[in-house]
Amino acid sequence: MKKISLDLGSGGKSMRDFIARTIVPAFENPVLAELLDASHLPENIAFTTDSYVVDPIFFPGGDIGTLAVNGTVNDLVVSGAVPRYLSLALILEEGLAWDDLEKILGSLKKAAAAAKVQITTGDTKVVRLGQADKIYINTSGIGRVIARPRPELIRPGDKIIVTGTLGEHSLAVMMARGEFGLESRVRSDCAPLNFLLPFWKKGVFWMRDITRGGLATILSELAERIPYPILVEENEIPLSRAVRGASELLGVDPLYLACEGRAVIVVPQSKAARILRGIKKHPLGKRARVIGEVEAKIGRPGELLLATAAGGLRLLEPLTSELLPRIC
Amino acid sequence: MVIYLSKEPNMCLAIPAKVIEVDEALQAGKVDYLGTKVKANFALLEGVQAGDWVIVHAGFAISKLDEQEARETLALLREIAEKSEPAGG
Amino acid sequence: MNAYRDKKVISALLKTIGEKAKSLPTPCRIMEVCGTHTMTIHKYGLKKMLEEIGIEMVSGPGCPVCITPNEIHEAAITLVTRNEDIILATFGDMTRVPTRMDSLQNTIPHRGSSIRIVYSPQESLEMAKQKKEKSVIFFGVGFETTIPSIAFLAKHAAEENLKNYSILSALWLIPPPLKAILESGEIKISGFLYPGHVSAIIGIKPYEFVARDYGFPGAIAGFEPGDILLGISSILDQLKEGKPRVANEYSRVVPSDGNPIALRLMEEVLEPKDANWRGLGLIPKSGLKLRKAFENWDAETKYGLDIRAGSDDLPGCRCGDVLRGLISPTECALFGKKCAPDFPCGPCMVSFEGACYVHHKYRDLNSR
Repeated sequence: MKKISLDLGSGGKSMRDFIARTIVPAFENPVLAELLDASHLPENIAFTTDSYVVDPIFFPGGDIGTLAVNGTVNDLVVSGAVPRYLSLALILEEGLAWDDLEKILGSLKKAAAAAKVQITTGDTKVVRLGQADKIYINTSGIGRVIARPRPELIRPGDKIIVTGTLGEHSLAVMMARGEFGLESRVRSDCAPLNFLLPFWKKGVFWMRDITRGGLATILSELAERIPYPILVEENEIPLSRAVRGASELLGVDPLYLACEGRAVIVVPQSKAARILRGIKKHPLGKRARVIGEVEAKIGRPGELLLATAAGGLRLLEPLTSELLPRIC
Repeated sequence: MVIYLSKEPNMCLAIPAKVIEVDEALQAGKVDYLGTKVKANFALLEGVQAGDWVIVHAGFAISKLDEQEARETLALLREIAEKSEPAGG
Repeated sequence: MNAYRDKKVISALLKTIGEKAKSLPTPCRIMEVCGTHTMTIHKYGLKKMLEEIGIEMVSGPGCPVCITPNEIHEAAITLVTRNEDIILATFGDMTRVPTRMDSLQNTIPHRGSSIRIVYSPQESLEMAKQKKEKSVIFFGVGFETTIPSIAFLAKHAAEENLKNYSILSALWLIPPPLKAILESGEIKISGFLYPGHVSAIIGIKPYEFVARDYGFPGAIAGFEPGDILLGISSILDQLKEGKPRVANEYSRVVPSDGNPIALRLMEEVLEPKDANWRGLGLIPKSGLKLRKAFENWDAETKYGLDIRAGSDDLPGCRCGDVLRGLISPTECALFGKKCAPDFPCGPCMVSFEGACYVHHKYRDLNSR
């Protein structure tokens, strides 16, 4: 009997195959088939949903509540919509500490205010002890479309920007699991990306928040959609010292680690410098950098290439199997 | 029931870590690796002191960095890079 | 530290190596026997850059998970399926190696037993102290870099007379397979890159026979790109001068005599044994096992295991040939098609230090 494996939720190839081969055909409609982070509906409405099963529920820099707002808000932002309203569905395990729930509700409230969204509807279910792990949250979000991602306009020479250092969220969650006996100052980068909205009108072609699968997986997906290869410069990838150390100790590659408050953006060559300056003005974009570009001379269409720190060149593969379960 | 992570932690740390705490009785302590602190066992080395740089493998410090040799190797590498610069920089 | 990966330094070293390689009569093939070397060479794109200047890097038996044969994995599976209240403490990669009995990861343990991933060998000892009601078995696999820590565990367990702790060991020595490869003469290599951290334990002497008895040059190298290139450069010097020796190009970490405390501990707790290597077969005195004084902490004795060589690789799997340096992973018919990190057919694709995994993850543009 065929069974679901953890891989299916990892954000890697298994999950994408599952969506393409099982989910999309089951519900056959053109909006779903676009597979945008938030679907664009008639009358300029964007609609998205996300479920949160992070373990542990509290970690340095945030908790499941912070995630539940920012994750959904960010899906709207990167699909070209101003986040407006969220629904909030709670699935609680019997025995969850009341104090924990209060803290999480407080985080939800604070995050919603920071992202300028209102939580206008919701639901609460409680299941027996052991039938859920403390708390699962689903948030669905509605936003007002102000732009459409235009990957078809991307040309060689166009630049790729990341808005900040990579991997902080994943490592913060891993540390908080307490399995490794490591002490680190890494804090989750969980944050709302609303500050990127104005850049849609300044020429941005395409944006994605760097969640499950990490930068490498997300850029692989982009490379498959455009008729040009993409080149990333290893030396330009912004990493905090804490992430460098912790990731090497744990043997994980930061290019595959999920963030919850970072985006990768493709911008026209001519506008890259100005857009970068604009992003860096915001506190959440201080460490933004151009980390690569769309290529013409080396590589083949569909390829994601890495110019290594030592001056070599190799392919960057997307994440295939489960790296870290329950990271968001 | 198996609990696992797909990725194996890096047993072989290529970069030395700095010793920050030593408990002589336990022959163990803590090292700092680019800001992340981890426990390490010093039973395989003699006279480990805070401030030493060690190579850690599987939670054990297996070698102390010889700072003089390290300086000489760095100097050699820099020399190689400079010599190969085209004349006129 | 940055000088070891600096583009200018790397490019200067490559230039020097290229010039030296040109003046040699035959193409230069260098074998490395360390998973971390394999990884560094591919991760930084060094492999292709070296090929372009006439140096071919060949991967040898440098991954301990890979060279541990299936009968030992099957012994671990047997332990946990036939005994109650066992905790098998193991490193993650070991659980995913496919055998005829499936993999540890897919094994359903017997009542009360479980498999737990540990990140350092010491955790297994702590587990035994904390969970007195279970018997902890540490699946200890490694080369000389890891062996002293495993010896330490056994000694400590014996000193405290821990009744609920034992070690299922798969301990491998680096110098003997080098001899086997040289003796077999089946592949052409010009010299060896010796593993940096194994050497920090064993020092320079154990490799001297390679230069003295077989006339092959070699260099001990560290793990930064600059270190590897310094090692290769030294090998080329030795080839040019016709003076093979064991050069220590990692002198900042490797003392000439290795680590005497670690060596004494190994001597005290362990003794040599003839061991069966995946791909290389039986090599005399190439492994280590716990001495009789420690037999109560040797899982093989304690649980009456009868581990016999001869458990085959999965059909079509050529890990054995990859480990001997006979073929490159890309020459295996299963590579990338039926065998990939998500659905490995053999340990070389499971272990993150395995040649097949490294080739797959860090593909260079030549390999499309």
